[in-house]
This record gives sequence, C-alpha cells and structure tokens, in this order.
Amino acid sequence: MKEGMTRLYNWYEMRSIQYAEQHNVDLQNFKPVKMGVEQEDGSLTKIPPPEEQEFLDEMDIKVKKYLRGGSANLEALRDKKLKGQLAVREELYGKSAKAAVKIEKWLMPSEGGYLEAEGIEKTWRIKQESIAREVDLSSSKNQYDIVLPDLGPYTLDFTSSGRYMAVAGRKGHLAIIDMMNMGLVKELQVRETVRDVTFLHNEVFFAAAQKKYPYIYNRDGTELHCLKEHGSVLKLQFLKNHFLLASINKFGQLHYQDVTTGLMVGNFRTGLGRSDVMQVNPFNGVIALGHSNGSVTMWKPTSGAPMVKMLTHHGPVSALSFHSNGHLMATAGTDKKIKIWDLRKFEVLQTLPGHAKTLDFSQKGLLATSTGSFVQILGDFSGSQNYSRYMTHSIAKGYQIQKVMFRPYEDVLGLGHSMGWSSILIPGSGEPNFDSWVANPFETPKQRREKEVRSLLDKLPPETIMLDPKKIGTLKPRTKRREKRSKEEREAEMEAAVADAKSSVSTKRKTKGRSKPSRRAKKMQEAGERAKRPFLEQQKQEEELSKNKKQKISEQSEQLPKSLQRFVSKKAGS
Amino acid sequence: MKVKVISRSTDEFTRERSNDLQRVFRNFDPSLRTQEKAVEYVRALNAAKLDKIFARPFVGAMDGHIDSVSCMAKNPNHLKGIFSGSMDGDIRLWDLASRRTICQFPGHQGAVRGLTASTDGRILVSCGTDCTVRVWNVPLATIMDSDDLSDNSAKESAVYVWKNAFWGVDHQCDGNLFATAGAQVDIWDHNRSQPVNSFEWGKDTVISVRFNPGEPNILATSASDRSIAIYDLRMSSPTTKLIMRTKTNSIAWNPMEPMNFTAANEDCNCYSYDARKLDEAKCVHKDHVSAVMDIDYSPTGREFVTGSYDRTIRIFQYNGGHSREIYHTKRMQRVFCVKFSCDGSYVISGSDDTNLRLWKAKASEQMGVLLPRERKNHEYREAVQNRYKHLPEVKRIVRNRHLPKPIFKASALRRIMGEAERRKDERRRAHSAPGSMPKESIRKKRIVKKVE
Repeated sequence: MKEGMTRLYNWYEMRSIQYAEQHNVDLQNFKPVKMGVEQEDGSLTKIPPPEEQEFLDEMDIKVKKYLRGGSANLEALRDKKLKGQLAVREELYGKSAKAAVKIEKWLMPSEGGYLEAEGIEKTWRIKQESIAREVDLSSSKNQYDIVLPDLGPYTLDFTSSGRYMAVAGRKGHLAIIDMMNMGLVKELQVRETVRDVTFLHNEVFFAAAQKKYPYIYNRDGTELHCLKEHGSVLKLQFLKNHFLLASINKFGQLHYQDVTTGLMVGNFRTGLGRSDVMQVNPFNGVIALGHSNGSVTMWKPTSGAPMVKMLTHHGPVSALSFHSNGHLMATAGTDKKIKIWDLRKFEVLQTLPGHAKTLDFSQKGLLATSTGSFVQILGDFSGSQNYSRYMTHSIAKGYQIQKVMFRPYEDVLGLGHSMGWSSILIPGSGEPNFDSWVANPFETPKQRREKEVRSLLDKLPPETIMLDPKKIGTLKPRTKRREKRSKEEREAEMEAAVADAKSSVSTKRKTKGRSKPSRRAKKMQEAGERAKRPFLEQQKQEEELSKNKKQKISEQSEQLPKSLQRFVSKKAGS
Repeated sequence: MKVKVISRSTDEFTRERSNDLQRVFRNFDPSLRTQEKAVEYVRALNAAKLDKIFARPFVGAMDGHIDSVSCMAKNPNHLKGIFSGSMDGDIRLWDLASRRTICQFPGHQGAVRGLTASTDGRILVSCGTDCTVRVWNVPLATIMDSDDLSDNSAKESAVYVWKNAFWGVDHQCDGNLFATAGAQVDIWDHNRSQPVNSFEWGKDTVISVRFNPGEPNILATSASDRSIAIYDLRMSSPTTKLIMRTKTNSIAWNPMEPMNFTAANEDCNCYSYDARKLDEAKCVHKDHVSAVMDIDYSPTGREFVTGSYDRTIRIFQYNGGHSREIYHTKRMQRVFCVKFSCDGSYVISGSDDTNLRLWKAKASEQMGVLLPRERKNHEYREAVQNRYKHLPEVKRIVRNRHLPKPIFKASALRRIMGEAERRKDERRRAHSAPGSMPKESIRKKRIVKKVE
C-alpha cells in the first residue's frame, strides 16, 4: 500500500463544485454508501451474526477517518467520461480505506495505555507510586527525578520519534539524552544564559537560544552556526516538513530561516511587544504567538501581517498549545483562565479556571497544564470536546515547573523545572503504534541517514503553510474580477472625454445669430455634460454597490465571535 | 484500578540477527502525517521534473541503406527483427538488439514500396515500382541469433510480374492471402502466380492497404482520389467509400478495437473512424505541421505513432486530440514509415536520410530489469504525477517540449491561421441569415461524402 493515500479533490472536484454551484446542487447532502447487507422487503438476504455486524458498524466509523472527507457528488456531473473515471477512483479510495481499517484492527503490534478507576476511586487521586506498582519494570523506569539545583530552570524538547530528549538549563547547561537506555549522549556547558532548545529534523542537530544569539550544535557538541540575524531569541521552534527554524526575539521580531540553505525566509515585526509564547500548529505549520495584550496571532513565512489575530484573554497570554488534529488550541492567560478554542470557527469551546505556565497536548489529545509545582492532566472522555480532570501530580514543593512536554509514542510526560527535570507516567497519552517511515524510535543510523535524504527530497516550500492545508492541490474557483481604477485615473479619464467632446463642437460660422459667443459656450458646455454623464452614472452605481457591501460587512461582523469582531476590516473595498 | 502503559521491548521491535532485514511497522493514521497533501504535491512536482531529466528517448540509429527508407514490416514471430525496404530496391532484416543487418533480400529493380510478413513470420512479401511482387522465405530465428553473418543474403521463393507498379502490400492477419495496392486492389494467394481477386472503384491509384486484425476478410484502402474504401473479400464489390478533402497516406486499424481505424491524412491531421459509421470521425488528432506519412498502432491499442513529412514522430493517445510526445533529431529527415515494436515499448522510424531509428515509446522509461522496490517507486511517482497533473505548475512541466525552430514557427503559424479561419467563419455566420450556415464540427468538416 502506498504511503499517503490521501483523497484529493483537485481539478475533478473543482469542476464538480463549479457545476454544483451553477445548478444549485447541494454538495453537503452527499450520503456515504453504507456498508453491510442491503435488505429489501421480502428478500431473503442473509443477516450477519451479531459480532460481525458489530465489526461492520465499527468499521463504518473508522473508514471515515481514512477517507479524509466525503466524496464528490458524481450525480451532478454531466460529463460521462469524467463521471466514469471518478467513480472508479472513488471505489478505489473506499477499498483502500477499508483495507487500512482492517490493518488497524488486526495488524497493529501494540495497544494504547489506559487508566481506569474502580469503585469509589477517582483517576485524579491515583498517585504515581501506585501506578509504578502496577506497571511493568521497564515502564516504571520512566518515573524519575533528576535534581540539578545549580543550573537553574530547565526546558526540554523531544525528537519526533520520542527517542531523544534535549534539556537546557537556564545557566548554560545543554544535554542530549537517549531515553531508550537513559544514556547521556552529550553534555556541554555554554557559560551563558540559554532560554530555549529545540531539535532540528533529527537528533543529530539541535538549536539553542542563548544570551545574544541562537546557535546550532551537532550531537558531538560542536558549534556549527551562530545565527546572528535572529538577535537574542526567547523561543525557538522547528518546522519539520519545511526545514524552517522559527524564532521570536526580545523585540518581538519573528524570524524564519531555512536550515538547509541558510536563507532567511521571513523577518517580521509583530508590533505587539516582547513575547515568549510561541507554538507551531503541527497540522498546518502555522506559528502562533501569544502576546502580552491577551491576543494570539498566527503567522506564515510568506506574509508580513498575521493571518489571524484573536483576542483570547484579558491580560497576557502565558502559554498555548495545539492539538495534533489542528482543530483545537488551548491557551492560558494570567487572568486565571485556560481556554480551549475551536480553530475552525475561532470560538471558545470551553473555559476552565486555573493558572497555567505551560501547556501541552499529547498525541492522543490529553492536555497537560502546569503551574508552580503542580501538574494537571485534562482529558476529553465524553467525545464532545469537553475537557475534564484526568490526572494530577505534584512534584517536590518549591520546584517551579518551566515546561511540560509529552514524549511522543510513549505514555510519559516530561517536566522541566527549576531543580532539574522529571518524568511521570500518564497512561493513554501516547500513540501506541509508530510508523517506521514517519518516526521510528528504534531507528538505526543507516535508517536515519536514509530518512534525512528522503525528507529533504520532500521538503515543502514555505508557500505551503496556510490555515487550511487541504486547499493545496485544488484549483481556485473562477471569480469575475475587474481591475479597479483609482479615483484620479477615473477623473482624468472623465476630463479627457469632456475635453474631447468640447473640442469636437464645431466652430464653423453659421447664419447670423446662431454662432454668438454665448451660444457657442452653451453648446460646448452641453457637449461636456453629455460626455460626463456616463462616467457620473457609473460612479453612482459603484457608490451604491460599496454602500451595500459595507452594510453586508457590518452584518457579518455581528455574526462573528466577539473575540474577532474588532479585527474585522472596516474598509468596504477589501 | 486498572492501568496499562505503552511498553515496548527492544527485542520485539528490532531485528534479531544482523543478517535479518530491519523490521518495519506501519500505521496509516492520517493524523501522524501532517500536511500530507502538500507533501504529495511536492512529490508530484519532483516526479514531473525527474521525468523531464530522464527523458532520453533516442536509443540508436541503424544505417546501411543507401537510399531513403520507404517501408517497414514487423516480424510477428520475432520480437527483435524488423524488415525495411528502401527506394533503391534494397530490403534488409535488422536485429534491433544489436542494431545490425542480419540478412539482405536483393532483387527489386526499382523502389520497394510495400513490405509485409505473414502471421507465422515465415514468409515476407515485398512489392515495388518495378511491377513485381516477390515472396521470400524469412531465415529462421536461430540463424538470426547466431553471430555468423557470412551468408547474409536470401533468395526469393517466387517473383510475380504484374501489369502495374505497386504502392503497398499487406498480409491477412489470419490466413494465407495478401493484398497489394496499385492501379487496383489485388488479392493474392501464396501459392498462385496471379491475383485470386481484384477490386476496382474509380480509376485512381490505391496507395495503401491494410487488413483488419480482427476480421481477416475485411480490408481498408486509401487512394489518391482522396478516398478511404472498405472492402469485404466475401463480397464481389467494395462496401463503403469515404471521400475526404485531402488524401489519406496510410491507415492503421486499432488492434484492440478492430472496428476502429485511424487514417494519416495529408492535411497534417489523423482521423479516427468507426468503420461502421463513416459519416463522422470519432476523433481528430492534430499536432503535425506537415503531411502525416505513416501510422502504426501499439499492440495495446491505447496509442499510436505517426511519422510526418515535417521530420518529426509523434505519439498520440487513441482518443487524444493532441500528441503526448514528439521525437525529433537534427539529422532525421522526412519520416516515411514508422512502426511500434511488437511489445509496445519501442518505436522504429525510417526516414529520408537512409536511417532507421529506434526510440523508446515512453521517453523517460528505465530500460532493463527493475528491482521490485525500484518498480514500486516508479509506480508511485507515476501515480502522484497523475493525481496532480491538472495543477498549473505540474502541467507546465509535463507538457513542455523543446521543438525545432521550423516546427515551432510552423505550428504557431498554423494556430494563427486556424484562429483567423474560425473568426472569419464566425463573422460570416453573424452576417448571414440565422440557420443558413450551420456550425460544422471539425470531425465532419473534412469529409466530402460517403458512398455506399
């Protein structure tokens, strides 16, 4: 089976959509074909046994995930050849989705973790010690505290496979740790402030934001690059698919640098002051910044203005995190609120009380929040995006947690705090089955080199970062667009026409009395008026149109959620 | 309390011995692969670029003739053998693998105009302007494979002298009859010295003849009176005739849809017809800028190759209005004959510059044995490219071809002329009484009449 069996609605779909728009066909009313045995009245169709039926129902739900959206409405197509081709393709997509479901059902090597309370127990009262007693020895090794009191609050980062961890102490301590055998790969002391650390595309390279500039080191601790253009960086993020290193510096400048070519792809002033809250949305590569005025802005490297500005909190934003499906964002503010946002509608789904200095979503959608020495894990167990308490944990009193981060493909939460770092078990947080071609915790050096080459071949251009990445591969629907002329141009054109009309008035001498100067002047004026009329009429029409548009916009802005209303463009023309 | 956490033992997920293959685990969950559409698009773009880089269609030239190559015939029994006849009366059998002449067939006095091999591949029939039809025994395949080339000329098994010069010959696909085209269409038997049957419709010279691959008794001919005629050997008179505005140089039947044939026309286009419904072409294949001289279908019936007087070879889809590929070299002159190889992976052309040229049917195809992983990779690249072929950037790369300057200019000129004609037609229609000038489709336009 091929990697990336995505369903694409490029040209074909656009054609069908265009057709549907022309003929008022509702594309939303598409009903997927139901699996199973169709039963007609009186016919002797065989009814599958209950367990099989159950499996079929379960499959129906799971197939949807692999179909990646509904199919195009073929009924609305008039082109029979195209319809036939599309029908074949749709069938193929359905088959591959079913095969993927069967693989998920039967061939996955491991199952996800869980924590279930029995009787009057509550999951959030269960202590790490009691979990350690129940789980196997190798898992209980993942609970530990490393105490390094001298080198100050620690921050950490994992590779995408979860195998390696980079830690950075504020006072210049950098280390890379192999989490599989808990071996220290490299440790170095840079003897200046380190604010953040991030791995690049694999564990061989990492970048550290130091006192004046960010630096790139390799696994052996050799300094490879000093990125002077970034300035003194507060937060670093790496965009894996695009090979872009993004940073936000003290002056609120956002930099994007391509680490393969060294090209500075984007350099933008946010204009909202110092900010040390930055997070990449893994779903689409958009970078979100949290600001001290309570707004969150979302950026892409190809435009100097933020794509989205939303007011999230009254007071500074202290942390934010994205769910891996790209639809959910969690923000925390100093107004003692944690909010969960739906990024499709830019609406608050849930507001939870509480401080959070750092937030992180796990692969399976658990949300870790932390303040002081207290960690709380929230989970969405109702399936309706309603987050409730799942687990809690307190580290030794007085330790200030700097950063929480879930380890990918493991049920482990890493905590960087003022006295070192710790690791606790959070059952059900990680994806149990890894894909060797995506992120392999058991990667050999040869595989790593191979993957580096492949990922460089698939490196995405910065233009592919957009709010809806599913738009790539589709065609823009045709829109009628007239080029707009400026007011001066229009006026110049009108004047030219008037002058033309005036000069064309004949100055021939006529019979006595008919070519008096007053008459000639009147005639000229009349001609000018006549030439002016169409221009004036057009202007009037345009004004009316823009007035209507303005009205519409004001209506629209009322429909928008409160947080976005003040960012609605007031200009009618845009 | 029930608790379980993910716990992976290294033994379970890594290989046991260093001789083993690395273990691979798959998880097809879409949420693990972020921005998969963008990644696929980039891959499609890269695939299109790689295709361009690897497009090296020219395999080699076969020289040996001392006059222009006028006709070719495939050996249906032997994949790498091809016969070619030239204007000086020379007939040669070539080995495509080594690109050498294996055997020569001396005898013709004037130009050889037609060559064909019987279905079993044992008999070769040639005809020419010296008014003779010659029947030859083809040397065995084992001899072809041997390196010994001492005895490399064959003797004809029969020579039939007839009244008129011949323009073409074709063998029945299943049987022992063959047809020659000249002043009339003659049907010959292997064992008779005179035609067993002959058809005449009009006085003009018949210039090409082709038997239907599915129904052995049906043949199509084209004549210099601009007609395409369909004959049935079971009937005494020809069945249908179609007169077009310009002459048809050659005809090829679609081997997979034997009711359809494509005619290579003098007006730079090819016309696909359904033999049962000749009043309208099924498809018009445009792109050449000069007369199309010869046409041959791929054994798959999905595409055909045409050779033209404009010194290029083009490959068309059987239902495509424009060519998918154009081949040209600086040294290749007017192309008089083209053939698809019997496995559909090569194209052979014979041209005015006395050479036969061997081309790949797919310009960027990797020849030789492919490893399974390699093949899978090729298939994947083709699939993603196919999926994104409608996007402007991919389309631009895939469609771009370098054309020789004369061809480029001529095609631009033809485009302008076509556009002007269309505009003029439109204006005429606008200024005449409504309905008096019905719009005529290009598929019908070039047909003058159909005669039963």
